[in-house]
Amino acid sequence: MATAAVQPASLRSGPDARGHFGAFGGRYVAETLMPLILDLEREYRAAQADPAFAAEFDHLLKDYVGRPSPLYFAERLTRDLGGAKVYFKRDELNHTGAHKINNCVGQMLLAQRMGKTRIIAETGAGQHGVATATVAARAGLPCTIYMGARDIARQAPNVFRMKLLGAEVRAVESGSKTLKDAMNEALRDWVTNVHDTFYIIGTAAGPHPYPELVRDFQSVIGREAREQIVAAEGRLPDVLVAAIGGGSNAIGLFHPFLDDDVRMIGVEAAGHGLDTAAHAASLAGGRPGVLHGNKTFLLQDDDGQIAEAHSISAGLDYPGIGPEHAWLHSIGRVEYQSATDAEALASFQKLCALEGIIPALEPAHAIAAVERLAPTLPADRVIVANLCGRGDKDIFTVAEALGFGL
Amino acid sequence: MTDRLAARFALCAREDRAALVTFVTAGDPDLDRMPAVLAALVAGGADVIELGMPFTDPMADGPAIQAGNIRSLSSGTTLAAVLAAVAAFRATDAATPLILMGYFNPILAYGVERFAADAAASGLDGTIVVDLPPEEDGELTPHLAAHGLHAVRLATPTTDAARLPAVVGGASGFVYYVAVAGITGAGSGDTADIAAAVARIKAATPLPVAVGFGIRTPAQAAEIAVHADAVVVGSAIVSLIGAAAAARANDLPEQVEAFVRGLAVAVRRARQAVPAPTEVAA
Repeated sequence: MATAAVQPASLRSGPDARGHFGAFGGRYVAETLMPLILDLEREYRAAQADPAFAAEFDHLLKDYVGRPSPLYFAERLTRDLGGAKVYFKRDELNHTGAHKINNCVGQMLLAQRMGKTRIIAETGAGQHGVATATVAARAGLPCTIYMGARDIARQAPNVFRMKLLGAEVRAVESGSKTLKDAMNEALRDWVTNVHDTFYIIGTAAGPHPYPELVRDFQSVIGREAREQIVAAEGRLPDVLVAAIGGGSNAIGLFHPFLDDDVRMIGVEAAGHGLDTAAHAASLAGGRPGVLHGNKTFLLQDDDGQIAEAHSISAGLDYPGIGPEHAWLHSIGRVEYQSATDAEALASFQKLCALEGIIPALEPAHAIAAVERLAPTLPADRVIVANLCGRGDKDIFTVAEALGFGL
Repeated sequence: MTDRLAARFALCAREDRAALVTFVTAGDPDLDRMPAVLAALVAGGADVIELGMPFTDPMADGPAIQAGNIRSLSSGTTLAAVLAAVAAFRATDAATPLILMGYFNPILAYGVERFAADAAASGLDGTIVVDLPPEEDGELTPHLAAHGLHAVRLATPTTDAARLPAVVGGASGFVYYVAVAGITGAGSGDTADIAAAVARIKAATPLPVAVGFGIRTPAQAAEIAVHADAVVVGSAIVSLIGAAAAARANDLPEQVEAFVRGLAVAVRRARQAVPAPTEVAA
């Protein structure tokens, strides 16, 4: 690993001026898009310097999204696991049911500052698509969501939600018909409609400045969690845990703690198992490459062709990961583990039974890691896990996996 | 080594005509037929061949070239196999420039230094890497230059005056003007706009300017050939290959050759056939 690399004084200062997190990140886009992402970067810098932007963002997060989301001590789960205290950051209680809305509110404000009149997005599980359709409805802008045909089949409720919210949902039939293909198609739309269209990327990935601005908009999760855990426990947590697809909920929770003595665990989707070809763990099973505008860890074959990912969770079913996670992995600051479909399903049910919370399949992967970790720690240790989405959208997938006819 | 690209553009300039650049996806419809397809392009009158390196996620390409990528990858095309096919072509044709066009990840996976060395040894003349803009191409171009390979860069309708010098500054071989903000094979640009853009680029660089995207027919090729140093046709040829492959046509190379000949004739006549101001173009 990067033993000889000199680390910056703060791990929170990235990316550099060219959008690189160490060897990762960057702006690997077609020339047609390059002027657009340079414009976006300029506009984001202006917004960062504008107190009115922050005030509007905070106002919408409070009154429209419902923030701050609670930090909840999961007492029965803690007792059941018999070790560290487990807290959940309840981002599934946000308007639209996941953390995705935080980022969409921020990017829509940028789109409006830039005078854009049309919104596009990609979506996997549909949570980001719903959140994008939501902010587009509120802004009165037309919205097109690209979604893999396979994901449309397994996320029917979210497809209907997007349509109710006025979005056009375009089925993507190419490739694996999942999130990566939806992102390809959204990029094709963007390169074709450069003058009026704003692309709201849903995770902390893509060309710079997307990984940075998505992280910044999602960091509200970690800032709140920090205040809340200090209020509850009088100190910082010992461990943070979050599920990783592209990694936006995880980087949002982790980033405000990167310079503190806090252990962090990101949980990738191991699908049918890391020893099979059917998983979505790009750090555990991939190597660095370039896709969708950034250099990061990718599932790929020896010839640099991108492999199809698999996860029971449509939101984690992506062969890459955000570049800041790739960097945090390479320097060893964050520990990356994985959980299989079966483990996530078991944790999904356990949380329903013990805490009366139906989690999304995405955070069910984080809960699986919590279940492994908590019993190994003494009772005075504190774990904060991000419950980044609610599971209503997943009940059909779970019913099918459990052989329960709906 | 000789600069085949410079030699070919010089030849076209002497003949006062645009060069015809033809794009096919390497290994489309399969690796076995690649030598015959390349030979057909040359026989039909292609001056330069752009060889697409297939990729699973061709984000800048429309349906025709996406399908070509899938056909090629399904037949087992790898970057090593493409370079071997380039070497085989070069053994039969020492003059026609070959440019590899594609996405960065297959090159990165192959190893950039190893790629530059092997590509030069195979007889390749340069690359166009779609997702490697000037801001990022420093990890490839020095290796290409060290092996005498050209790094062709793309200019687009969104490349403004402030950005253009930086874009053409690091280019070599030629500058590829993407005539349409969009994906390959979709729409077509306005000829007057394209002519103005070509003039703008030529004012910024001594390199030849090729124009591509949205040029499908001999008539369109001829229109652009009046203004540009080269005309690129891709999706139309790839569509033809796809249709011939789907029909299990035995004469796929002959079909390619005939189509390219139509383009080549049109391009060669273009500057002789400029309509007088009083004539109305059909």
